[in-house]
Amino acid sequence: MEYILKNGIVYDPINEVNGEKKDVMFKDGKIVDNVSDSAKVLDVTDKLVMPAGVDVHCHLAGPKLCLGRLYRPEDERRGVKPKTDITRAETGFSIPSCPATGYRYSRMGYGTVVEAAVPPLEAKHTHEEIIAIPNIDIPTLPLFGNNWFVLQFVKEGNIEDLAAFVSAWLKITKGYGVKLVNPCGSEAWGWGMNVHGIDDPAPYWDVTAREVIRGLAEANEMLGLPHSIHVHPNDLGHPGNFPTTLNTIDCMKDIKKNSEYRNQTIHLTHAQFHCYDGTSWRDVTSGVEPVADYINKHDHVTMDMGQVTLDETTTMTADGPMEYDLYELTGLKWANKDIELETASGLVPFIYSGRNPVHSLQWAIGLELALTIKDTWKVALTTDSPNAGPFIRYPRVISWLMSNQRRMEMMDNKEVHSWAARKSSLATLDRDYDFYDIATITRAGPSKIYGFEDRGHLGVGALADIAVYDLEPNNFDPSINAAAVEQAFGNALYTIKDGEVLVKDGEIVKVVSSRHVWSNVQGFEDEEKRVIEQIMPMFNKYYTVKFENYKVHDHYAEPSCEYKINASK
Amino acid sequence: MGYEEPVTDYDKIVENCTCAFCGSNCDDLDCLVKDNHVVAVRHACRLGASKIMEDEDQRLKVPMMRNENGELVEVEWETALDAAAELIANSVRPLFYGWSETSIEAMKPGLELTELVGAVIDNQATICHGPTVQAVQNVGYPLMTLGEVKNRADMVVYTGSNPMNAHPRHLSRYTTFPKGWFRKRGRYDRTLVTWDPKYSDTAKLSDIWIPFEENGDYEFVNAIRAVLKGKKLKKDVIAGIPTEDIYELTEKMKNTQFGALFFGLGLTHTLSKQRNIDIAIQLVQDLNKYTKWVLLPMRGHFNVNGFNIFMSYEMGFPYGVDFCRGYPRYMIGETTTIDLLNRKEADVFLVIAADPGAHFPSGANMHLVDIPVIQIDIHWGPTTELADIVLPGTFIGVETAGTSYRMDSVPLNMKKAIDPPETCREDEWIVTELLNRVKKIKEASK
Repeated sequence: MEYILKNGIVYDPINEVNGEKKDVMFKDGKIVDNVSDSAKVLDVTDKLVMPAGVDVHCHLAGPKLCLGRLYRPEDERRGVKPKTDITRAETGFSIPSCPATGYRYSRMGYGTVVEAAVPPLEAKHTHEEIIAIPNIDIPTLPLFGNNWFVLQFVKEGNIEDLAAFVSAWLKITKGYGVKLVNPCGSEAWGWGMNVHGIDDPAPYWDVTAREVIRGLAEANEMLGLPHSIHVHPNDLGHPGNFPTTLNTIDCMKDIKKNSEYRNQTIHLTHAQFHCYDGTSWRDVTSGVEPVADYINKHDHVTMDMGQVTLDETTTMTADGPMEYDLYELTGLKWANKDIELETASGLVPFIYSGRNPVHSLQWAIGLELALTIKDTWKVALTTDSPNAGPFIRYPRVISWLMSNQRRMEMMDNKEVHSWAARKSSLATLDRDYDFYDIATITRAGPSKIYGFEDRGHLGVGALADIAVYDLEPNNFDPSINAAAVEQAFGNALYTIKDGEVLVKDGEIVKVVSSRHVWSNVQGFEDEEKRVIEQIMPMFNKYYTVKFENYKVHDHYAEPSCEYKINASK
Repeated sequence: MGYEEPVTDYDKIVENCTCAFCGSNCDDLDCLVKDNHVVAVRHACRLGASKIMEDEDQRLKVPMMRNENGELVEVEWETALDAAAELIANSVRPLFYGWSETSIEAMKPGLELTELVGAVIDNQATICHGPTVQAVQNVGYPLMTLGEVKNRADMVVYTGSNPMNAHPRHLSRYTTFPKGWFRKRGRYDRTLVTWDPKYSDTAKLSDIWIPFEENGDYEFVNAIRAVLKGKKLKKDVIAGIPTEDIYELTEKMKNTQFGALFFGLGLTHTLSKQRNIDIAIQLVQDLNKYTKWVLLPMRGHFNVNGFNIFMSYEMGFPYGVDFCRGYPRYMIGETTTIDLLNRKEADVFLVIAADPGAHFPSGANMHLVDIPVIQIDIHWGPTTELADIVLPGTFIGVETAGTSYRMDSVPLNMKKAIDPPETCREDEWIVTELLNRVKKIKEASK
């Protein structure tokens, strides 16, 4: 099927298209440079056209999500929608059911969403949920930062075997890249403890976060994986944690990058939670300045926001000790899920409120980060969904970024507590993002960060993943129309995925299966085999499942989108 | 039990099969197969092995329907499926119950059928660990996978459950006996505790047995929590236990390095029901202020947890989900099976991989006598006596591969070892057939 998307105002930062009126043509799911006369015309004259959104970090499928749904029916009862002829029923607000997750991303014009934390032992569960989520491609990031085999290889300084292990485990779990969460700290949580800073060793292991981060980064670059290591540093959400964040990204500066597409060697995720100054929640202030300053001066790091949206939500992370701290702070129901040999995790519901000084400061810090980092290619829009807020609030975050007027209004009208203005520099930042910047932080940048050469842009040969929004950039000033921006980005005029129209006028018109996106490293097979043989005695003795039953069998990852990576040794 | 000679007469061994009995889902079974029959099972406990080997016993092999005389007689698959589809399509309040002993793959078309006709879908949790889920929704859920206990635990507590009889390999494979990374000497490195009014087989093995009085569980756990918070107990004996024992136990629990609490239906079904679980969970949460504690419910069927997980990710609610309004509703006491039957609401009852005839209260079963019952199962049981249409399925994990979730939510791909009887059909196939036939009837009547 051929299509021509006519006369839209196109923003495609990877191809440096900045608001040009032009046609976008696609055929058989790919962007092409010409189509025949019989092509179907979709008239989008003067409307905003962008590549479909790419989300760098969201928790949308897997055991944590499922636990959240199971223990929070009060959340599931929000956002209920009956079935239609095309869609199934929807439930949930911060932790929507799988079908609702797919529909909602699709309605916002998203095409690819990364599931940011997968315990390898339960990767099958994550893939089962992906099967139940429609309309978006989903790469997954298996957790490596507290894996016992990783800790051992790092302790021995054996980077080559570590690389082979990572390569094998990406195949076994059908994973895309390497995720670290509170390295060594989640292992310490196995004993109800935590580590502080990157040089505090995990109990009994004598390995530090610094060593794990560097080891996995070296392995990642040895394999030449499309994405860099994806790091949730130690000390998340603790006042005075910004030095840990700086140490984490700074310890990476001499690691050599082995990828032509991406620029970074470390992706710092949900940075908002990692930029606090002060010593307690009483004297906490923004720690954005030193972190933003560092990122402005160095090119080996990218970040995503983790923007607080001031909603009632559900926090969930593999950072087990942090969730217990949160439980002690709020007293709300605490769930925990430790995974043998691999990781910890926890959940606590959380009610962010603009009346609360700390939450308001957190809100300000996320925006402050995005507005003080000069190069938008280093910034990605996230809410660490559902931790700082559910992903359906992205349009609202976009409206905040595009309008200083709206931000000032919120601070002046007491929609947020005065701490937002007093303890951060947000009130002094009058920068407004334009549509090109928004396209960069929600499409182009994320796809570059992940090394997706085939998506996040509208060049010839790219996947025909396109979003059209009901805004006319040439007759519209987003800086004074926040509500209209939010409305438009939340209800795409068209969402096109692989050349098929899935959303029209904000409603789902077609449902397709999501693809499981994973990295298949080529050229490390012998090393993988040797390393698997080497670790098998330990595997058999300390896991409670057989290796044969551990892996994600192919039928759990269909339909799949496999990227073959040529490892350069 | 005398000595039995090892079985040497077999054609092949199928390794690493997953046991389709209890929620332990041991995935290390080796099935010895001869002439398409499992003649021996290595590594399994007696419960698992006998279920797998004596599978032919009372096996449902052909589709059956009840005739005018009230007798079940053999019919063609077509006839039985059409009749079942007709019943479902024309019902007003259909109720689809069971699912805990079949695969996730069979649940998928089952849910689709539920959504199509606006039925209620529910599983065995409604009569077993339902109170646990309610408690979890009240206060939280500090869990782990079983390997965490194997590798780290130095104190293991069982209460309201007797794994030596009900989950026979639980102690030997996961919690107490195996040598773990940080517990190199296995059993010798751990303290095993049982809180139970009965001197059960698990209690006999334990280092400490706390026989609180029947229905004394809430009071007993409450006392531990009080001591933990620094309170002084005012009675000499609480729930039948001398207070000095409670002080001593609390001290031990506080000073352990990694503790794990396992509880079963003995806790969910005594007087205080979900409040028992509330307080047990809160105890574990309190203990985490001092050291590391986790807990886990002892789930019964091998995929009872799987259904709750499946429904949660598909539709947001774990069990007892009503679709009659076109969107899912979950109201305990309103949309749960026993209540629907007691109120005589359901007008067609589909039961798959469950035996309500044996397990439901008689009031609920009396309503089943009055309405059409469609049974999908592999064995003849009390439910078959109530059934009007019987559709013989296959044995997941032995005859058919499929996905299940262990009690600690670890997903497993269960292999098949032998071929099913020719006259039987896979659960997934049967449910998909019903779905397609109901769709046709609905379309025709539009």
